[in-house]
Amino acid sequence: MMAQTPYQESLHLHDPQSFWTKYVWSQDHKVIAIQYVITAVSVGLVALVLSGLMRLQLGFPGSFSFIDPTSYYQYVTMHGMIMIIYLLTALLLGGFGNYLIPLMVGARDMVFPFVNMMSYWVYLLSVLVLMASFFVPGGPTGAGWTLYPPQAILPGTPGSGAGIVLMLVSLIIFIVAFTMGGLNYVTTVLQARTRGMTLMRMPLSVWGIFTATIMALLAFPALFVGCVMLLLDRVVGSSFFMPAVTSMGQQLDYGGGSPVLFQHLFWFFGHPEVYIVALPAFGIISDLISTHARKNIFGYRVMVWAIVAIGVISFIVWAHHMYYSGMNLYLGFFFAVTTLIIAIPTAIKVYNWVLTLWHGNIHLSVPMLFAIAFVITFVIGGLTGLFLGNVAVDLQLGDTYFVVAHFHMVMGVSPILAIFGGIYHWFPKATGRMLNDTLGKLHFWVTFLGTYAIYFPMHYLGFLGVPRRYYNFESFEFIPPSAQTLQAIITVVALTVGVFQLVFVFNLAWSAFKGKRADGNPWRATTLEWQTPDTPPVHGNWGPRLPVVHRWAYDYSVPGADQDFLPQNLELVVATAGHEGQRAQGSEA
Amino acid sequence: MTVAILLVVIALASVLFHALSPWWLTPLASNWHQMDATLVITLWISAIVFVAIVLFIAYAVVRFRYRPERRAAYEPENKKLEWWLIGLTSVGVVAMLVPGLYVWAEFVDIPKDALTFETVGQQWQWSFRFPGQDGRMGTVDAELIKPDNPFGLFPGNPFGQDDVLVQGSEVHLPVGRPIKVLLRAKDVLHDFYVPHFRVRMDAVPGMVTGLWFTPTRTGRFELACSEYCGVGHHTMRGLVVVEEEAAFHAWLKTQPTFAQSMSKVAAGTGDGLAARGRDLAQAKGCLGCHSVDGNRSAGPTWKGLYGKTETLANGSTVVVDDDYLKKSISDPNAMIVKGYSPVMPPYNLSGEELDALIAYTKDLSK
Repeated sequence: MMAQTPYQESLHLHDPQSFWTKYVWSQDHKVIAIQYVITAVSVGLVALVLSGLMRLQLGFPGSFSFIDPTSYYQYVTMHGMIMIIYLLTALLLGGFGNYLIPLMVGARDMVFPFVNMMSYWVYLLSVLVLMASFFVPGGPTGAGWTLYPPQAILPGTPGSGAGIVLMLVSLIIFIVAFTMGGLNYVTTVLQARTRGMTLMRMPLSVWGIFTATIMALLAFPALFVGCVMLLLDRVVGSSFFMPAVTSMGQQLDYGGGSPVLFQHLFWFFGHPEVYIVALPAFGIISDLISTHARKNIFGYRVMVWAIVAIGVISFIVWAHHMYYSGMNLYLGFFFAVTTLIIAIPTAIKVYNWVLTLWHGNIHLSVPMLFAIAFVITFVIGGLTGLFLGNVAVDLQLGDTYFVVAHFHMVMGVSPILAIFGGIYHWFPKATGRMLNDTLGKLHFWVTFLGTYAIYFPMHYLGFLGVPRRYYNFESFEFIPPSAQTLQAIITVVALTVGVFQLVFVFNLAWSAFKGKRADGNPWRATTLEWQTPDTPPVHGNWGPRLPVVHRWAYDYSVPGADQDFLPQNLELVVATAGHEGQRAQGSEA
Repeated sequence: MTVAILLVVIALASVLFHALSPWWLTPLASNWHQMDATLVITLWISAIVFVAIVLFIAYAVVRFRYRPERRAAYEPENKKLEWWLIGLTSVGVVAMLVPGLYVWAEFVDIPKDALTFETVGQQWQWSFRFPGQDGRMGTVDAELIKPDNPFGLFPGNPFGQDDVLVQGSEVHLPVGRPIKVLLRAKDVLHDFYVPHFRVRMDAVPGMVTGLWFTPTRTGRFELACSEYCGVGHHTMRGLVVVEEEAAFHAWLKTQPTFAQSMSKVAAGTGDGLAARGRDLAQAKGCLGCHSVDGNRSAGPTWKGLYGKTETLANGSTVVVDDDYLKKSISDPNAMIVKGYSPVMPPYNLSGEELDALIAYTKDLSK
């Protein structure tokens, strides 16, 4: 807003000069977003393969001799860490955040384009460091994605040599990268909104990403210091998290540290992290449902406040991951109450999504299908969270397959469905071409029904008490043989779903070049990113004039309007000519 | 329409799955039936909400499917409806929270008359300690943990002398009495978890944690570590045998006290070299990965090992003799047996200790 004039004057200085500055060392938020997406999806495919290997062992224990306990625990660890940090966080904030924020708020770019570019390259470095750990002696760490000391840095855990060091270094680098990007997202939302784009007119995607970014900026430092301290314990022999221990019969030179302290630091980051992933997904889903149901999002203001409330409360629930960690038992009362309270704003979001469908005019397009599937898996994942948040129930279900099923539903499948929906939705804007609809529907049904078939029954293994992070369940008497049959079925379905993701990758690659050409606003959506003069938007996004916003983001099916959507920058002129009339195109004079 | 039908099928299939599932809570063997009740209340509330939302969506996508001539309604807000929904949700949350916190209040309130014993976790085995006649357990220190003092008891502490030390992963408990379990760990986090008892707690090096329960029926219940503790995590099993009070006391009498085990150590090789090797294998944690009953674990079993011809990872073969064993203890990754992973850390043992361990493996291979 304030900064437009000087920025406009220097606009041409930022125009990319060559292939390298245009596509590689680009400072354009859209190119950076696509770099983030491609890197995150690539590393996500690695994690997908790891989960397939893990499932082979669980479904058919002992049939694959190359999967020994060491490699199994390495797969588990790397799968979890890659998916949560390097795929979901990077894709939702670095990918969607980068692409959507400037376009949706009517800015020409992020406010610090150079820092934004650095953010991507530092992120790539963190990914490369992480991938390097597959090739060092001893392999990557097998400490579990939570990296709990003391085991993470002691010899009984796979990859306790170079693997854990690289993991910690990579996380530290990632957090540096994220901070550079995150400061950009927050500042851009606060400082670079175009005229008329008040906070309460922003699309919920921006609200979700904005709030998640603030949370991440507050939460990641806890992980950062945790990683630095653990690294010091590992490399220089400090004892932040290490009490006196006897490992493999030998007294080590540690003493006085607290393993539980690490858990507090980890989960002070780790729980907000769930919502750092969930809130952007919430925002994306809100926009998809509203656009494809041709109806305003129901209860916009409550939706915004619910996002903010979730963001705030999520900082005082972390220790529900630690009910039986050895922390003071009385803390269980507090954290159970806060955890179940957070269910209320979350439930409101679900109600408002389904109420948006009510009296809508629903297109069952691929993005809408993914949005509906998201709501269903998220409801399951949210409800099972009530079991685990309730301290007395967590005592029996904690660290069983119930937990595995819960967090995969709520922060694995749900955000991935939102990401898929978002990609099918915004692909036409980013490439100027539509994704293939038939392949999209095939991908959708296999992914949705498949993941449901994987994770719904898995809860019941948890009821039974089957512990997680077990290489095998040989000779357990309380686990009936039928549980192994279920594990085998889950594996078959999981591998099928995994292979079908290639349909999606193929669709992306093929449609980017051969897909049906899209016009600038194929979904007939109201938000600003669909109103750019060029598709895909060029550097600077808006041509000579920035858009001016006249209404909120959800004017669908407004009574009396000619069409069933009113773009945010459309000014309805009520028969008065002159100055006002010139702005009818929605551009600033 | 297809979408709606599939959504209804998902809701129905989920309910049917629950009804027909052979997998449900492992039969309870402790006093914590209220935990199960809380779980069931939560499950019912969840199921109702889930089915209602899925059916609502299914209905909406049929009833309000796209028709070119129709226009969606324009209704940005409906405060009354929103307050109702907030209110109803809050009622549901309270209905789950109240029983949950009620049970938790009982859990944090440990009965004064509880029988106390200690469980110690180490990679990848359990051991147990009971207070002796005096009813008090001796003080311990992690830095006192040595092969001949695996619990780290203060040798001079009077309360510790009659402590009963249970090596091996089987513990017996009396039925019908509140039991308080104190938990320690020597190396990394472990977790005392018996599915039949419902309660669990982490064992954390550097601190003492605990939990309590009352076993309500006799039987043999599996103890599993449920906090990831390294490559042998899945092998860290144990057994809790719940029996009548008299049988329990008879079992307890067969276990050595601290004083007895110390005098055995003082007497030197009184029990022979192989027995010393057995104690050493226990104390050094060897038995976490190497079974002595022929079962496969993280490492090869020691039963029948001595004299056997093993195939190594590189395809060559080797006869297990003194030299191979010594080499494999000091430099384990040099000659890995095929099918196992190079996870064992090198051990720097004295010649005497090596001899004792080798004597023990010979003993197991007779």
